[in-house]
Amino acid sequence: MKNTRWILTFVLTALAGLTSIAVTQPGVAKAGDQPASAEVKIDNFSFGPPTLTVAAGTTVTWKNNDDVPHTVVSDDKVFKSKALDTDDKYSYTFTKPGTYNYFCSVHPKMTAKIVVQ
Amino acid sequence: MSDYIKENLNKDGIDRRGFLKCMAWVGTGTLCVLKGGVLKSYALGDVMQHKVGDFKGDLSFVQISDSHIGFNKAANPDVTATLREAIAKVNALPTPPAFVLHTGDLTHLSKPAEFDTLAESLKSLKTERVFYVPGEHDVLDDNGAMFRERFGQGAMGDGWHSFDRNGIHFVGLVNVMNLKAGGLGSLGNEQLEWLQKDVSGLKSSTPIVLFAHIPLWAVYPQWGWGTDDSEQALSYLKRFGSVTVLNGHIHQTMQKVEGNVTFHTACSTAFPQPQPGQADSPGPMKVPDDKLRQLLGITDVNFVRGTHSLAVVDSTLA
Repeated sequence: MKNTRWILTFVLTALAGLTSIAVTQPGVAKAGDQPASAEVKIDNFSFGPPTLTVAAGTTVTWKNNDDVPHTVVSDDKVFKSKALDTDDKYSYTFTKPGTYNYFCSVHPKMTAKIVVQ
Repeated sequence: MSDYIKENLNKDGIDRRGFLKCMAWVGTGTLCVLKGGVLKSYALGDVMQHKVGDFKGDLSFVQISDSHIGFNKAANPDVTATLREAIAKVNALPTPPAFVLHTGDLTHLSKPAEFDTLAESLKSLKTERVFYVPGEHDVLDDNGAMFRERFGQGAMGDGWHSFDRNGIHFVGLVNVMNLKAGGLGSLGNEQLEWLQKDVSGLKSSTPIVLFAHIPLWAVYPQWGWGTDDSEQALSYLKRFGSVTVLNGHIHQTMQKVEGNVTFHTACSTAFPQPQPGQADSPGPMKVPDDKLRQLLGITDVNFVRGTHSLAVVDSTLA
């Protein structure tokens, strides 16, 4: 019984150590290597913010907080997500500067844009 | 029932209150009878004073809509149960419907299992056949390929089709595909050309029933509740004496008469949506559990030969 507890403690300690290594791993990289990221929230049938300005190389992630599915589709089809159910996310990395108008192809009244500098 | 026509100024059976009642969403039931292009609206309490035969026609059919199989959020965690209740309501009608129209959003996410559940549930409908048009939730990610394969047999293009019953010409239209940024529902040129040809050989006395998912009239464009090129479609129907348009999408009943055309939207069998502009968005509306079934329902339509009238009756699940 006592042995079992020792083994359990050992295993848990080892697991905790592994976890802490895993968690701290990204911090090992230099700050300058971190790719830029930004988020657009989908709430109440609208994209927020309606205009997002980012630097080239930024990865934008959209998250759907609504009870109905939405999509993220650029007007000129540069990027196009599948239908995003509640809490689903979609990411796209913008490498070229420009203005990207996009909309929800399920509810086309939902329009917004990403400005890449 | 306390709704009676109080100010029948034009001797047409409609007063302002009654008309607004018919226009507004209905939690109980309204009977609207179209005779010679004129709408007569009755609250169900008034209908009870008539004999059943007054509204019984040569053809009865039912519209159900917006079943959203797969939806499981607070507004209704069990949409399959309420669909089954709607089916039971149809099967209990005094006159069994010759067929049923499903005006789209069979599923919530266009998933095969959702289409399976919908198809399996509707097998218990006591009717000859179900005709379908897709909603925008049925064509996610595959441009409607799965929908057409399973529910669009014999249809053209994106799923449009027409058929004749008892001298009435029925046209199922698809206005949920290839939607443009900033726009509304869309029929598209190919479908419009087909529609023009489809009705060109018909006598002007032929009653026409159009059914499509998104309303073919501007209910509330701010929420996308309308169809960009619906006026073009309706221009092909101007010469017909009786045109009835049946839509879904907005999860509440509304009715409007414009010339020879009566527009009608049906309740959902799944969850209600807010009245136009009465919420931040048109998303699913959570109501108290004991109110839900008062806001879901079916639409029963009767055609009376000779008078060319279509009686549209909405009834809720509770």
